[in-house]
Amino acid sequence: MHTAKRKIKLYTLSTCSHCLRTKRFFKDNGIEPECQDVDLLTGEERERIMDEIRKLNPDCTFPTICIDEVVIVGFNEEKLRKALQMP
Amino acid sequence: MTPDKLYDILSKYAVSQGIRLNKDRPFVMDVLQGLLINETRFGYRSCPCRLAWGVKEKDTDIICPCVYRDPDIKEYGSCYCELYVSSDWNEGRREHKQVPERRPKEKRKI
Repeated sequence: MHTAKRKIKLYTLSTCSHCLRTKRFFKDNGIEPECQDVDLLTGEERERIMDEIRKLNPDCTFPTICIDEVVIVGFNEEKLRKALQMP
Repeated sequence: MTPDKLYDILSKYAVSQGIRLNKDRPFVMDVLQGLLINETRFGYRSCPCRLAWGVKEKDTDIICPCVYRDPDIKEYGSCYCELYVSSDWNEGRREHKQVPERRPKEKRKI
């Protein structure tokens, strides 16, 4: 696995089961990505993060996962493994 | 309301609707926990997989069971959250596909 220097960012909802699956996938694989639970943000901070999501995933659905230049929408273990170059 | 109590109620309700709760119980308990958190936050059980407006009039379509559940189950075998599913989906006789967001963009908080 090549996670060194990778920029990984998760945009999630704290209540979302697909988001929880995604967080667990990273945790189980020893990766601690930057994670934003958008529902827990308010005001300008939420708007700023929503702007980031819009650029990656215009549908603004959750989870939106950004691994370097690769954007993955929804929990898809196969796509995550591929993007992370995991077996 | 506890997640376990809600599970008992909704599993009976699902059967009465000719569908089922996802047989992955730990996964379902996560969904139910999310529903109950949203009930505490907003006063209604807004879909835990979607960003709610927090205003009931704007979220009526995503109060669980959402209005997109039945068409999603018909087309994909499960609802957007994979809480409600068809028996075929539950028994592995139907491919598990990621359900795309059916809620119209103009209704979403984006």
